[in-house]
Amino acid sequence: MTKRLDWVRWCAVSTVVLIVALGVTAEAKTFRWANDGDPTTMDPHARADLFVTTFDMNMYEALLRRDRDLKLEPALATEWSNIDPTTWRFKLRQGVKFHDGTPFTVDDVIFSVRRATAPGSDLAGQLATVKEVKKVDDNTVDFITDGPAPILPNYLAGIAIMSKAWCEAHNTTSAAMLKDEESYATRNANGTGPFMLKDRQPAVRTVLDKNPNWWGIKQQPIDVDEVVFTRIENAATRVAALLSGELDMVYNVPPQDIERIKKTQGMKIWETPELRTIFLGMDQSRDELLESNVKGKNPFKDKRVRQAFYQAIDEDAIKTKVMRGFARPTALMVGPGINGFDPTLDKRYPYDPVGAKKLIAEAGYPDGFEVGFDCPNDRYVNDEAICQAVVAMLARIGVKVNLLAQTKAKYFAKINAPGYQTSFYLLGWTPTPLDTLHMLSNLAQTRSKDFRDGAWNEGGYSNPSLDQLIKEIQVELDSEKRNELISQALSIVKEDFAYIPLHQQIVVWATRDNVDLAPMGNNDFQLRYVKLN
Amino acid sequence: MLAFLVQRLFQAVLVMLAVAVIAFALFNYVGDPISSMVGQDTSVADRERLRHELGLDDSFIVQFARFVGRAARGNFGLSYQQARPVGQIILEKMPATLELSFVAATLALIIGVPMGIYTGLHRDTWLSQLLLALSLVGVSLPTFLIGILLILVFAVMLGWLPSFGRGSVVHFGWWSSGLVTLDGWRAIIMPAVTLSLFQMTLIMRLVRAEMFEVLRTDYIKFARARGLTNRAVNFGHALKNTLVPVITIAGLQLGSIIAFAIITETVFQWPGMGLMFIQAVSFADIPVMAAYLVLVGFFFVVINLVVDLLYHAVDPRLRIDRERVGVG
Repeated sequence: MTKRLDWVRWCAVSTVVLIVALGVTAEAKTFRWANDGDPTTMDPHARADLFVTTFDMNMYEALLRRDRDLKLEPALATEWSNIDPTTWRFKLRQGVKFHDGTPFTVDDVIFSVRRATAPGSDLAGQLATVKEVKKVDDNTVDFITDGPAPILPNYLAGIAIMSKAWCEAHNTTSAAMLKDEESYATRNANGTGPFMLKDRQPAVRTVLDKNPNWWGIKQQPIDVDEVVFTRIENAATRVAALLSGELDMVYNVPPQDIERIKKTQGMKIWETPELRTIFLGMDQSRDELLESNVKGKNPFKDKRVRQAFYQAIDEDAIKTKVMRGFARPTALMVGPGINGFDPTLDKRYPYDPVGAKKLIAEAGYPDGFEVGFDCPNDRYVNDEAICQAVVAMLARIGVKVNLLAQTKAKYFAKINAPGYQTSFYLLGWTPTPLDTLHMLSNLAQTRSKDFRDGAWNEGGYSNPSLDQLIKEIQVELDSEKRNELISQALSIVKEDFAYIPLHQQIVVWATRDNVDLAPMGNNDFQLRYVKLN
Repeated sequence: MLAFLVQRLFQAVLVMLAVAVIAFALFNYVGDPISSMVGQDTSVADRERLRHELGLDDSFIVQFARFVGRAARGNFGLSYQQARPVGQIILEKMPATLELSFVAATLALIIGVPMGIYTGLHRDTWLSQLLLALSLVGVSLPTFLIGILLILVFAVMLGWLPSFGRGSVVHFGWWSSGLVTLDGWRAIIMPAVTLSLFQMTLIMRLVRAEMFEVLRTDYIKFARARGLTNRAVNFGHALKNTLVPVITIAGLQLGSIIAFAIITETVFQWPGMGLMFIQAVSFADIPVMAAYLVLVGFFFVVINLVVDLLYHAVDPRLRIDRERVGVG
């Protein structure tokens, strides 16, 4: 009997607790969202993974940040300028505090840049031009570079500023993976940003709270009080959770589900052209292709073969059939939104299978040839399906393409430096600093022995006059002149058929219709823009 | 008995070593973890430095020996993906999988056995035919499809149950339990049903077939001739004798439930070891994969051991045999 009474009492108490809890949470605004990836670490320097950094940058801030139109704007620095060709000077914002209450100082900037460039940080490559960071006075810092560095501010927009005192107190002054131990910054965060880490369950759930003491809160009030991020890998489950009302937003919506979500009441689809360009590359450096029946010579060294491949591929069909319209066909290796993109050059060579067949015959392959084709199957939207379409299209001009579509961990191991074990491949590229130079020096510059230049030039494309242009772009501080040089470089890449650009993907996000947010082409998701109506 | 246990423990170590060898041989084919770990701007030199630090440039034998040496001391290294100790990650994930497997196995038994008895005793009733037809659906539909269908009906259309996750959990030391909250029970229903469906139909069909077999034997006829009640014959004599194969299968299937929870966990985003394994595979997170595979090997050995011990409890003949062997 007493046992039963206990139960009744327990139920009554818990009901009251529940009601009280509900009453409280009804006032707080919670934004729940999901994606297939996880921000694997809260350490903003440990991993240059797009999703990890964009997630962490809601808690951490850099000297500069990007607004919803991708323009650079002041964040922890209020102004910046070149005081001489190799020095960038930044004035720091005053009165900013980290989440734990310690004030933000110039020493934190110097410490953070050192941490981000030390071994173990995955951001070191982005700051390769920085020679020294110098304190000028309490609110001014100089970045001294080993040559003119016109796009250093673009890179700095991605370098989080951490608290020196906090890192030292928790023995995490390096972003390196420790020997058998977890680094404190992996599951804890202390930034200056608009959100603070409340709960972190790796690969499951991450909860952020609004930072009521954020410096920017007056100009830009933060609408949501709490953000709950859940990782949901299975696309069908993710979409189901949105439709059932358990989530307010999902990222990475599979193209086949978009129509369905659009038709559902109370749901909204957000489409934004992504800055990533999907393209095909060809091995133009080896004297004989690794995977081909053509022996003793490399057909891709002949520009006519590359052009034939280009014009045999019907990008419009890929757009409508494979991508279901969620792609923007491109003639350039960069899309709109990247500095240097030149709309006057952005006209694709026409789809022309007959002409392509003629070109490839002129080049000496009237019956076509056979070539291997490397493709990831879990990296880009419908990557494997795009490759299958390419195989079918090239078959029409007599080229037999042997597709090897595999998971990204295997795909990248095969095609990347130092082996470059590929003859023909599909890849996607987003320039990290959102500037064309990054694409040129990674994809189009002649590969150097130490892999510093042309590191991702898997096909070994090389054009000395383009290399010369790239060197000029690297040091040109006058932005108008610089963009002119970039246009020249882009047209060389285009006319050489160095690559076969296909399209920029369209990023699709889905939300309930009471959600307002700022989808950005670089996949950045800044929670400060989220509003729940 | 002690000798028997020691012998089994020795076997367990051998099995786990064998699993580890095979696992390591397979890791050559999962791809390059370095390319998952670094960004596009990381220089080739830095990639090679990381590869060296992680010992990925060592030979297969060296990597394997290092793994075994460290694992023997309970150290599985750091996950490449999460930069956290693998042992800790597994301890976090294990309760979710074990609770799900336990609930699924219980469901399979408490529904599967009675259904088997019923269909075994009443062959030709319409209910038997219906159960058999349904069980056919249960064995032939793939798990992920059943999972998605359940989500569609109970989460999206009816809105009764959550479509993903474990609900709220309560921590008892390192063990996190979802079975003490209403929310947790709501979350476990669909994954547990999905996971148990195949086992349930398997057990039902097994019990049914065994019942047929046993009911034809002489001692059942004698029992009936002695005028025992139906109840005593069916449950006291027949059912008891069907249990040996059922225990074997149910026991072995428990191992499969734990191992094959992978698919169910992926569909329902159930934060257990199966999901962890899938995440590790796509990242080429070798330390996590190695530890998981060895652990599943260990589970299978332990379950087999428990099944063997249960035989002794159920079947007196085995006890006599062993005593004789022991004496002889």
